[in-house]
Amino acid sequence: MKSLHKNIIQLHEKDNVVVVVETLQAGDIIAINGKEIFVTKALDIGHKLALKNISKGEQIIKYGIAIGRASEDIGSGMHVHTHNLRSDYLPTYTLN
Amino acid sequence: MDDLKNIQLSGYLRSDGRKGIRNIVVIAYLVECVHFVADEIASYFKRQPVHVIGFSGCYPNAHADKVMNALCTHPNVGAVLLLSLGCESFNKKRIIETIIETKRPVTLITAQQAGGTKAVIKEGKQWVNEVLLQLEKQTKVPMSLNEIVVGTICGGSDATSGITANPSVGKAFDKLVKAGFAVMFEETGEMIGLENHMAKRAVTKELGTVLYDAVVKAAKYYSIMGHGSFAPGNADGGLTTIEEKSMGAYSKGGHSPITGLLKPGDIPRHGGLYLLDVVPDGEPMFGFPNINDSAEISELMACGCHIILFTTGRGSIVGSAISPVIKICANPETYGRMKDDMDINAGKILLNEATMEDIANEIIEKIVDVANGAATCSEELGHREFVLSYKRFEPAGPACLP
Repeated sequence: MKSLHKNIIQLHEKDNVVVVVETLQAGDIIAINGKEIFVTKALDIGHKLALKNISKGEQIIKYGIAIGRASEDIGSGMHVHTHNLRSDYLPTYTLN
Repeated sequence: MDDLKNIQLSGYLRSDGRKGIRNIVVIAYLVECVHFVADEIASYFKRQPVHVIGFSGCYPNAHADKVMNALCTHPNVGAVLLLSLGCESFNKKRIIETIIETKRPVTLITAQQAGGTKAVIKEGKQWVNEVLLQLEKQTKVPMSLNEIVVGTICGGSDATSGITANPSVGKAFDKLVKAGFAVMFEETGEMIGLENHMAKRAVTKELGTVLYDAVVKAAKYYSIMGHGSFAPGNADGGLTTIEEKSMGAYSKGGHSPITGLLKPGDIPRHGGLYLLDVVPDGEPMFGFPNINDSAEISELMACGCHIILFTTGRGSIVGSAISPVIKICANPETYGRMKDDMDINAGKILLNEATMEDIANEIIEKIVDVANGAATCSEELGHREFVLSYKRFEPAGPACLP
């Protein structure tokens, strides 16, 4: 577990996403890979941000394993969730 | 903590050699038609060790039968009041014989013979009253801590579950397995994506194949159901896919070799880490494998678990009949909101106030306290949820328990 910034952690060295461990507010500025990222929307604990640019179809790696694929291009620092990440096994059901 | 093997407690000795850390009077309804009267009888014994369990269905089911027989002879159970309507299919002759063999006090009240609602409640209440006095006199015998079987489940997961609470339980499990405990994890539907990794951890090659097949079966079953083991709240909590949820859930099992695969109602014969296969065999027949967390707890108890470690990020409030549930809260914000329901705050890890090792030790200390009689939060609050549904299983083959 590597702390990149007090609000986020990288769980495994192979991961291309980081996890929010303290709620981020819109307007917060965090540093990922030496690059300052402007947080555009509030993000609760547990949500994921891209650690680098991820192309559509590329695997998303968390805990060092693939948790699905990018369904669109994802820029570094962007929120990674149901809108841009799809399971390789079963679709995810949400109320929205 | 290093001498877990040497910790001595006292427990209630049962005829099969297992020992209980609670001495509960179970009121078991054998069909939904007598569920209400079971609750009515139990309502006279609030704050006393009287718990209602039962099976709703009127059609026979071998799985439900096995689970009910296992629960009525669970080491934490001291006596059983069976309630029947009179015309249901449940094999009441067999269950009463099973219980009599264990020398537990047991009686059966059949509503159609007893004279209806009022008569059942009156007779049941009187029997429970008497049996509670009888159980109070029962003496305890010395018991080693590692005679306790511990199960784990996660419910109301968010993305913190897999970072704090679940791996802490995994660490605690590693220590328990080293000290000779039998421990188990479950929900193969939340192992999807990890089948290869898990197969490699099996103690034999054949068991590895069994574990792999169990997850493939789960993936297929849930695909046909059209819905994985994934609730909208999981996504609100930052989890996006079943593989991601799986990875978090899987970490509850720790890193020990996997000793065996159990089906609901199978009792581990020796120490080690077991996987409980909760997904039915064959083509999907009765719907979702487990309709909620309480159904999973019922099956862990049917496999002999004395204590359930329940991890939650979003915040679950359920407890259970028969076996105490220890709540381990993964998310510090949830803990702040729901303190009364949570036994352990694993969210401290995120705030750098505790290490995973600290939380694992806290979990083990809590197990010792609860085994010694201390009430968990859900026990204190009086929770007694219980769910048992129709399922179909093939018996576990020889490769399952090498």
